[in-house]
Amino acid sequence: MSESSTSAASRPLTIPFSLPKVRSVVETAVFPILGILCFLLLWQFGANRIDTSLGQFPGPVQVWEQVGNLAQEYQREQEKEVAFYERQEARNAKKLAANPDAEIKIRSYTGKPTYLDQIVTSLVTVAAGFFIANLVAIPLGLLCGLSSGFYRAMNPIIQIFKPVSPLAWLPLVTMVVSATYTAEDPFFEKSFLNSAITVALCCLWPTLINTTVGVAGIDRDLVNVSRVMSLSPLVHVRKIVLPAAVPMIFTGLRLSLATGWMVLIAAEMLAQNPGLGKFVWDEFQNGSSNSLGRIMVAVLTIGFIGFILDRLMLLVQRRVSWDKQAVLR
Amino acid sequence: MSMSYLELSDVGIEFDTNGEKFRALRNVNLKIQQGEFVSLIGHSGCGKSTVLNIIAGLHQATEGGVILQGKEVSDPGPDRAVVFQNHSLMPWLTVRENVELAVNQVFKSTKSKAERRDWVLHNLALVNMEHALDKLPGEISGGMKQRVGIARCLAMQPRVLLMDEPFGALDALTRAQLQDSLMKIQAELGNTVVMITHDVDEAVLLSDRIVMMTNGPAATIGKVLSVELERPRDRLDLAEDPTFVHLRQQVLEFLYAKKHDEGAAARPSLEAVPAASKHDGDDHTEAA
Repeated sequence: MSESSTSAASRPLTIPFSLPKVRSVVETAVFPILGILCFLLLWQFGANRIDTSLGQFPGPVQVWEQVGNLAQEYQREQEKEVAFYERQEARNAKKLAANPDAEIKIRSYTGKPTYLDQIVTSLVTVAAGFFIANLVAIPLGLLCGLSSGFYRAMNPIIQIFKPVSPLAWLPLVTMVVSATYTAEDPFFEKSFLNSAITVALCCLWPTLINTTVGVAGIDRDLVNVSRVMSLSPLVHVRKIVLPAAVPMIFTGLRLSLATGWMVLIAAEMLAQNPGLGKFVWDEFQNGSSNSLGRIMVAVLTIGFIGFILDRLMLLVQRRVSWDKQAVLR
Repeated sequence: MSMSYLELSDVGIEFDTNGEKFRALRNVNLKIQQGEFVSLIGHSGCGKSTVLNIIAGLHQATEGGVILQGKEVSDPGPDRAVVFQNHSLMPWLTVRENVELAVNQVFKSTKSKAERRDWVLHNLALVNMEHALDKLPGEISGGMKQRVGIARCLAMQPRVLLMDEPFGALDALTRAQLQDSLMKIQAELGNTVVMITHDVDEAVLLSDRIVMMTNGPAATIGKVLSVELERPRDRLDLAEDPTFVHLRQQVLEFLYAKKHDEGAAARPSLEAVPAASKHDGDDHTEAA
């Protein structure tokens, strides 16, 4: 007995799980799972007590059912699409067999958008808005950081427009887009443009402000080194200002993307851009007994995608950041 | 009167901080010959770094001016490269890229791509850093960083090499190594050097002349000391050399005796810390 215990102590590697390891597993996995379980229980418990005009508030179980429903709908829609193209092909083949010179028509399938389509639309819209915003915010932020005069000129404008809600911008954007974007065969839907521009107007600010701070805060010595080397303004910005400001720019970008994603849902509801926001709005208008459950699926999807987007930005930040020791979270 | 290589004539500077005028320097006159090694020594806040920054063109003198080879200095430029105290390497560029940035800027029209590459390697070899070409500054020691900073300046082939307390942030052993390297390089290349230091031994060991500055505000040159010691110098031999000891004594006397009569009246709050161990990080921003 005593012999075995001493041998175990002298060869600690043979113990399959050392205590600190067990503790770290508990900390990394068990606590979050416990937290989620508690939340689900409270949710189910609370939901049972809330009766709305559309029936009982959905608990986790009902929401999970709706996830299944949405998946099934997606599958059915896919089957329909495949069938549509098969029919079209057969029809065209028949026509060509009868008359090789016949004009054949190829139409694309225009079924009702599935939940997955709506997610994709939302992602594309937010990406477009985010892109437009950064196209403006990063150069402006660079200028603001480099020139205090320019910053003083811009600052009142930044401060006034920064807190404006997307809902206030949307009517203006809608009117301007419909007045100026009058292409015959528009490449972008107007509703898409409205949402994207609204997103851009709202998620411009964090990147702009953080870029300004990042650029203005460059180590004086590095700026002096650049002056001694007589770097041209372009090389100065490319080789010194931009890399030095990258950490702050990315902090801004992450905040911007989170803001943009939040704003998008509201914008889509009002602009009727066929994304997640419209899905929520349509379900609300639809008012079936499943609606609340389906909206809840959308809520969770929105949250989850927001989380993934932030993690993606973090990955990109880690990739481009020169300071590998920095703790990014 | 023969024209000197680098001349500071009646240089004075006044800073404007929130409407209040602060006079940092007055009547600074100094003539430096080509190939000469001059150090500026003085207490913290006496404006040594301001003198260096004026030579570099980073500050504009409000009176007088700096003339380098017959032309007045107005802007910063690579002909007056500066080694800063805290190395000031771009942390996102590797050792090689840091030197390359300077070389590509200075020799973009006079050297071919291959020549520039060799020139970068040559200068890093001068400071014994050719082994860490692809390391980032964050991955090498403080002494190594300062070596790279020196290589970057040497690579610009400056007409005057300006050094702002180049070894102030290093430990004593590393500092001694770098001082020896610098002496060797200067003997080889014949650079004209203006160096700021707090370290009396360093000043005597490295310099041809030591310029001692009075305490600010309105600091100026108090005394100039010629260091008549044979080169190459060896720190071990010099330690007991009577000339060395005497020179060292004279610098110490200037720094501390001065403090008691006029310095103490001007800046009573300055505490008496031995100059050799004194060092403050933001010396060159003192007056900004």
